[in-house]
Amino acid sequence: MNALTATDAGLVGCTRCGRVWPKDEGHCARCGAHLQAVDRHRLQAVWAWWIAGMIFYIPANLLPMLVTTTLGNAQKNTIVGGAIELWKHHNYGVAMIIFGASIMIPVGKFIAVAYLAVSVGNESRQGGKPHLHMLEVVEFIGRWSMIDVFVVAILSALVQLGFVASIHPGPAAASFALSVAFTMLSAQSFDPRLIWRGPDRERK
Amino acid sequence: MTAPFYPHDHDLSGLIACPRCDVLHRSEELADGQRAKCTRCGTVLMWPRKNAFLHVVSLSFTGMILMIGAIFFPFLEISTRGLSHESSIFGVAMAFSDGFLAPLAFAVLTMIVALPIFRFVALIYTLWPLANGRPAYRHAATTFRLVQELQPWAMAEIFIIGTAVALVKIGGLATVSLGPAFWAFCVLIIVIALKNSFVSDWTIWNAIGRK
Ligand SMILES: [Zn+2]
Ligand SMILES: [Zn+2]
Repeated sequence: MNALTATDAGLVGCTRCGRVWPKDEGHCARCGAHLQAVDRHRLQAVWAWWIAGMIFYIPANLLPMLVTTTLGNAQKNTIVGGAIELWKHHNYGVAMIIFGASIMIPVGKFIAVAYLAVSVGNESRQGGKPHLHMLEVVEFIGRWSMIDVFVVAILSALVQLGFVASIHPGPAAASFALSVAFTMLSAQSFDPRLIWRGPDRERK
Repeated sequence: MTAPFYPHDHDLSGLIACPRCDVLHRSEELADGQRAKCTRCGTVLMWPRKNAFLHVVSLSFTGMILMIGAIFFPFLEISTRGLSHESSIFGVAMAFSDGFLAPLAFAVLTMIVALPIFRFVALIYTLWPLANGRPAYRHAATTFRLVQELQPWAMAEIFIIGTAVALVKIGGLATVSLGPAFWAFCVLIIVIALKNSFVSDWTIWNAIGRK
């Protein structure tokens, strides 16, 4: 079905509240949001945040996330190291949550956002739905990566038993949090209305 | 259902452009509990519910009380071999307060406490007059837009799952007892989910726009 879009009708829709305005209006008079025409140049913002997220994701995995001191011995664990440690102690479920939230979700997000951005203009108009679903999954699940940052915060706040055991956060906590925030911004700057503008639209 | 729109209609205020795929629809009065979905991508455009504003206001108020309680009551306490240590929610964020991680302490506090509270207060501010059939207060539109824009950054529910993971991680190392703040947070998650089910953006925007 080829339904009429706001852009086709020479109008612009507010992506925040849905109100429709004449094309040259700059701000939505109802909710105050900036009115943005459907424009593939906005993908630059997606890529800028994507790259920033990637840059911070590397140290997040190389630097220690947790520094555990038990009876005077300090042990530094990276994200993956922490998950392996849990696995060794037979906490398979939690090991998988950490591995999923800190490795699989971020990597999957990088791939999914890049795929969506690259394929703008190549989807058929009918083929938009799977792409929109992919974006929705990324938006829904992306925030959950922050779980490991909270785990580190809770452990470091709680496990302060002097010489017996103490836990401190490592520098990876900050770069991981930044990486998650930047990839969230990357997904948020992707305009889903671009998905529906197939090749026939671009030439016009 | 909303019918697809064709260009002979010139009254723009009665139109909705799907925020996710740009297809135009004519807005219609819906019965309680009905949902209007975009004809192309299936995004829900309107889902008015009876007394929705009043429900959102009272749930936000409950959430705010729970959150304030969660800040002041003990959150978790750990004990082993005669040693013990207690932490509040505030203490959790302050775990990052040494050295260069300090901005992260601020960010964590914002995501788990400040933003949820801000969203509760802002929703009450926006919807209280509307629930009573009066015109919206000044800047209600900006306030409600912020409520929506900040939604992804309010992470109370992620925090509580993080707590569960941390408890398993401590596991055999020590005994952990759960304080009232922990339970307040659990209830808070349910309140937030319930509240979100009553928020129909288009309905609220319409009510704010009506002078
Ligand atoms: Zn608007
Ligand atoms: Zn749509």
